[in-house]
Amino acid sequence: MSHNIVRIEALSTENYLIEVEAPHVAERFQAGQFVIIRIHERGERIPLTVADVDPRKRTVTLIFQVVGKTTMELSTLKPGDTLINCVGPLGNPSEIEKFGRVICVGGGTGIACILPVVRALVNAGNEVISIIGARTESLLILEDEIREASTEIYIATDDGSKGHHGFVTEVLKGLLEKYKRQEEVNRVIIIGPPQMMKAAADVTRINKIKTIASLNTIMIDGTGMCGGCRVFLDGEMKLTCIDGPEFDAHKVNFDDVISRLSMFKEKELLAVKHFCKHKQKKAGRQ
Amino acid sequence: MIEIGGTRVPMREQSVEERIKNFRSVPCGYNKEEVMKEAQRCIQCTGAPCEKDCPINMKILEIIREIAFGNFKKAFFIMKEDNPIPAITGRVCPQESQCEGVCPVSKRGNGINIGKLEAFVADWARENGVKEDIHIKERPGKVAVIGSGPAGISCAVDLRRFGYQVTLFEALHKAGGVLQYGIPGFRLPTEIVDYEISYLSEIGVDVKLNFFVGQNIKFNELRRDFDAIFIGTGAGAPLFMDIEGENFKRVYSANEFLIRVNLMKAYKFLEYDTPIVWGDTVGVIGAGNVAMDAARCALRLGSKKVYILYRRTKKEAPAREEEIQHALEEGIILKELVAPKRVLGDKDGWVNRVELFEMKLGEPDKSGRPRPVKIDGSEFIMKLDTFVEALGTKPNRLFLNKASELDVTSWGLIEVNKSLMTNVEGVYAGGDAIRGNATVILALGDGRKAAKYIHERLSKN
Repeated sequence: MSHNIVRIEALSTENYLIEVEAPHVAERFQAGQFVIIRIHERGERIPLTVADVDPRKRTVTLIFQVVGKTTMELSTLKPGDTLINCVGPLGNPSEIEKFGRVICVGGGTGIACILPVVRALVNAGNEVISIIGARTESLLILEDEIREASTEIYIATDDGSKGHHGFVTEVLKGLLEKYKRQEEVNRVIIIGPPQMMKAAADVTRINKIKTIASLNTIMIDGTGMCGGCRVFLDGEMKLTCIDGPEFDAHKVNFDDVISRLSMFKEKELLAVKHFCKHKQKKAGRQ
Repeated sequence: MIEIGGTRVPMREQSVEERIKNFRSVPCGYNKEEVMKEAQRCIQCTGAPCEKDCPINMKILEIIREIAFGNFKKAFFIMKEDNPIPAITGRVCPQESQCEGVCPVSKRGNGINIGKLEAFVADWARENGVKEDIHIKERPGKVAVIGSGPAGISCAVDLRRFGYQVTLFEALHKAGGVLQYGIPGFRLPTEIVDYEISYLSEIGVDVKLNFFVGQNIKFNELRRDFDAIFIGTGAGAPLFMDIEGENFKRVYSANEFLIRVNLMKAYKFLEYDTPIVWGDTVGVIGAGNVAMDAARCALRLGSKKVYILYRRTKKEAPAREEEIQHALEEGIILKELVAPKRVLGDKDGWVNRVELFEMKLGEPDKSGRPRPVKIDGSEFIMKLDTFVEALGTKPNRLFLNKASELDVTSWGLIEVNKSLMTNVEGVYAGGDAIRGNATVILALGDGRKAAKYIHERLSKN
């Protein structure tokens, strides 16, 4: 069964949104879960973030950053093209209940992943303060959606082009100073690049606030078979695909996560080069 | 000329120099003359121990007789009555410890090469487009089969032949389970697996790929929608040693290594998109078939030195004889009596050494094999740049967590009674999901047996 693409748009120079028909995912998706897609018969399986689902249209909205060959190819697809697989929902749903005041931190493409979590938390009666950040304003995605969903929103950009000049972790630190009495912030959820999650976890560790990070590791099957997505929590091995993707951020060994994400970097560069050459040749022929 | 007994017709194989550069089948298979000659060695003994030792009790004598006379079509039809995937079992069954092992001819040399006869007939049928006529008399009853490995395949096929509506659920994008993701092409070519599995759709089994029972449908919904369920979810979760350093890059479970190579075709990287990284010196922990497969894959990817690191000795290795022999011929080095203490890496997180204990053999353990015992103070460092753990697998938690009403052992194996029924009425299980790491043929046998009991149950109503 292949999956029809109904919409694709560039959210920034790096991030794309793609809406595909995937009834079985749309029907069962819960905030925090992900899908694994494959573009064609020779494609690789990659996990992608689900930003939204429309059970009525039976579609899922995926948001991705162009980082390798597969995401690059994905960004060149058009409505009417298909994905050969869109498997899911995978992973465990976020723990959603009434915690009180929750801070949601989203960085880069992680903002897409945190959007359904923010919505679910608000629906459950929480006050949600969102902090979103990117390198620069033009890379900031889903600002309006996050603003609409959250009780309060803060923005940070590395270059200061919008909001706080600096990192989301600095904004987080500021907020935690403001709400420094116990139980004033009941939970922090962080989704973004692992370096950012590591820094954010370090901030909340001091205040001992329960902090959840959603990991985006390398995966193949997504069903607990390959062990490639293994992470270590206080030395104990867990699989991101079936034990996660959300974990206690204070226990995750982020240095490992960061290191392992670079395992195939050289190969990825080769594949990107190969793909670009191929595309140029094709363009030349036309 | 009929030569009863006699010596085994040798199997032609790709030369070592050639085959370590490709992923094609190592044995070339018999030709017509060879296969008939080999079949004619069979003494058609009374008692047919080969059939009794076969987990699915194939009618081996009859099949061999037909092959001896060149009646391949008839041999194929007889074979298919009991075995839905003969081209596969002919290649991966441990014949030396089953049918061929008990063959009386083996007392005077090698038993009849039953596996290769079986593979020949199945290949012949495939190449000549020979298919049996399928007459299925529909009967009421819907059965769900979870997992499309050997257990699921045989259960689905038999139930469909009985006339039930069968839906087969597979989580991956290709059906076949371990046949597809685990066993490399040089042992079991992908096109053969694909062909054998196409039989399922041909007889009307509804194969649903990319479908996770537990995620896409709840287990209790499945129970509501189907009259019986067979669980053949296998043992797909890799075991790790739980030692220091397993986080380093280029440390793999054998599952990951093999999934990348086999299922995702990483050995054709750039033509296919899935990458794999490896180095010049590879260490594989374990000495089962999976360890041999991983080691031989590494060699074919281009690694210069590949070690099997095993805590016992060659004699105790669980891999099939043929696999060990092929691996050694290809230059894989079997390092006996060593066990890893920890994995070491460089500052960038890449594995670059492993620290090993020397071992000695002690008293026999529960498996009857001598227990490997660490020699204190024997630690030494071995340089390598790729480390693959082939320690065996256990049943997948993903499914079991979502079907918590099932009784499982502490090892995560599903508990069943003599009729292969679980503690939940109408829910059956078989294969590695109840056995742990076993063989394709035992799984196949379980699938058939469960199909029989499911049929008994449903036809009573």
